[in-house]
Amino acid sequence: MAKIKGAVVVNKERCKGCELCVVACPSKVLALQPAEVNDRGYHYAFMQNPDACIGCASCGLVCPDGCITVYKVKL
Amino acid sequence: MKEEIKLMKGNEAIAHAAIRYGADGYFGYPITPQSEVMETLMEEKPWETTGMVVLQAESEVAAINMVYGGASCGKAVMTSSSSPGVSLKQEGISYLAGAELPCLIVNVMRGGPGLGTIQPSQADYFQATKGGGHGDYHLITLAPASVQEMVDFVALGFDLAFKYRNPAIILADGIIGQMMEKVVLPPFRKRRTEEEIRAQNPWAALGKPKDRKRNVITSLELDPAIMEQNNIRFQATYKRISENEIRYEEINCENADYLIVAFGSMARICQKTIELAAEEGIKVGVLRPITLWPFPSEAIARQTSHVKGILSAELNAGQMVEDVRLAVNGKVRVEHFGRLGGIVPTPDEVLAALKEKLM
Amino acid sequence: MYMDINDIIKPENLVYTKPRLMNDNPMHYCPGCSHGVVHKLIAEVIDEMGIEEETIGIAPVGCAVFAYNYIDIDWIEAAHGRAPAIATAVKRLNPKKMVFTYQGDGDLAAIGTAETIHACNRGENIVIIFINNGIYGMTGGQMAPTTLEGMKTSTCPYGRNVALNGYPLRIAELVERVDGTCYVTRQSVHTPASIRKAKKAIRHAFENAMAGKGTSMIEIVSTCNSGWKMTPVKANQWMEENMFAKYPMGDLKNV
Repeated sequence: MAKIKGAVVVNKERCKGCELCVVACPSKVLALQPAEVNDRGYHYAFMQNPDACIGCASCGLVCPDGCITVYKVKL
Repeated sequence: MKEEIKLMKGNEAIAHAAIRYGADGYFGYPITPQSEVMETLMEEKPWETTGMVVLQAESEVAAINMVYGGASCGKAVMTSSSSPGVSLKQEGISYLAGAELPCLIVNVMRGGPGLGTIQPSQADYFQATKGGGHGDYHLITLAPASVQEMVDFVALGFDLAFKYRNPAIILADGIIGQMMEKVVLPPFRKRRTEEEIRAQNPWAALGKPKDRKRNVITSLELDPAIMEQNNIRFQATYKRISENEIRYEEINCENADYLIVAFGSMARICQKTIELAAEEGIKVGVLRPITLWPFPSEAIARQTSHVKGILSAELNAGQMVEDVRLAVNGKVRVEHFGRLGGIVPTPDEVLAALKEKLM
Repeated sequence: MYMDINDIIKPENLVYTKPRLMNDNPMHYCPGCSHGVVHKLIAEVIDEMGIEEETIGIAPVGCAVFAYNYIDIDWIEAAHGRAPAIATAVKRLNPKKMVFTYQGDGDLAAIGTAETIHACNRGENIVIIFINNGIYGMTGGQMAPTTLEGMKTSTCPYGRNVALNGYPLRIAELVERVDGTCYVTRQSVHTPASIRKAKKAIRHAFENAMAGKGTSMIEIVSTCNSGWKMTPVKANQWMEENMFAKYPMGDLKNV
């Protein structure tokens, strides 16, 4: 079976740190920055565990602010 | 081309004039004494000829918001109602003014306040000329005194509304709406195509082509600094309208010793008063404001060079008289005469009032 | 096999991004607000149908008043509750255009009930997107007609009491009974699966409007985490546990 590998790019300045993407991710890829904040003071989302990403785009779908871009390749 | 002359009611005249002007839409709600406007439109079925949309709304509130929607698309749209219904429309009228939208509103006034009566009145003068809803704005206010002017002011109202991107209102009353007179109907004009509307009104929300930014029709602006600029722009528009669009009629004013200022049906009554006064050797003139806003203040002020007193005759408790007094600024005596609640005075009553109050 | 992330992040590997018609203006909505998701779905549907030049949106009064700042189409901002009347005229005067309203529960279910029911009853060929989060968001969390029994808001701080405030109003059930509607559905946007379903519903509604089948209403049961005073994640859970019982998901009418 072909292995699928994905990657998520978060527009960190647009992100409001709502955490919905973190919860929606089936592979526990995303987390909110524990300390760092963006210019608007939000703990933005980032790929804490990038190797687990399968590019399913669940995070992108649930993101209310359209901050997330998802890529996927079949290996 | 041979003139097309017909006998009809003022309300019917509004409907025929709208179709012939090439209006795109009418949205109304029944109320006496103006229901013939929509009835005539429904009978004429202009959607089969010119393509004009005619719709009976669920309320006056819905009707004025349909006008707001149509006007947002740059279409020539209108509504008509009578006093209580026009009160309901005030929210929408304020939004139309705030969003700088052209449209035509017709108020065939009846006596108030409240549900009042269905008889003629001019008691909505303040409402029409001072804004009517919330915020600093004005409507271009046209006061017809004949069925012919009901016809003519539909075109004039639409033209001025589009010229200045501001709502216009025809402030008629139950007499003008209900009485029948001979009218000359204008020829049919073609409705504008979408391309023509887009070219004439680049601001219209008709769908965004790729080569321009999105058009947003709104009266909302949360930044007070920008909102102040918006208001300054509105005021500049009102100033231009005031400088260019004042209309009035002077009847027998040269050599008059006394002046009656009256609009609409009251001005018609006062023309007879001129004759009755002349029989008694009293020289009376009538100045009839055609635009109630902008108000012909300077024309009235000029009369103070030769008249001894001014009577503001109105079908109300004294509304226009305030503007007459502001225009005259104390130079001569200004008094008010009016009948209330739907009662229409005779020419003799006006003359008696003039003699009693000014002589 | 090791793969550098930069080998994945390439245009040819793109599977999801912000819709083309959603612009870069930062949205004023609170973090986690459902409005943003619904905005994205509308932008995607308009783009996929290729009707951006023919679409006119009617924005409400309420949190979504600024919807016009985010989706790059022509917009008309309505007075509170009047969007269906405005949409009626826009569609009747421009029968080939796609006209939709976007309204919250205060706008649609309280002050605009008459305009809503009558537009539906006339079978106007428009789409009504109805965001039901059981509360007035913009004005600071007051009771809406759709506020659940016992639910606390700033104008029912001890919980909605039906003796005082009446019952939660089920709008979808109401307009389903009206003959002019062709499609009435209740959706949510709290999970990837529900979002996909909601998008299909919006697409179906837009197609109905363009085909002249009558009025379509999509009620989207949503969260207002600020008004509900919960985190966005908790608000989604609370919605599932409480809102869905009163406002069950699914099509009520599809003719």
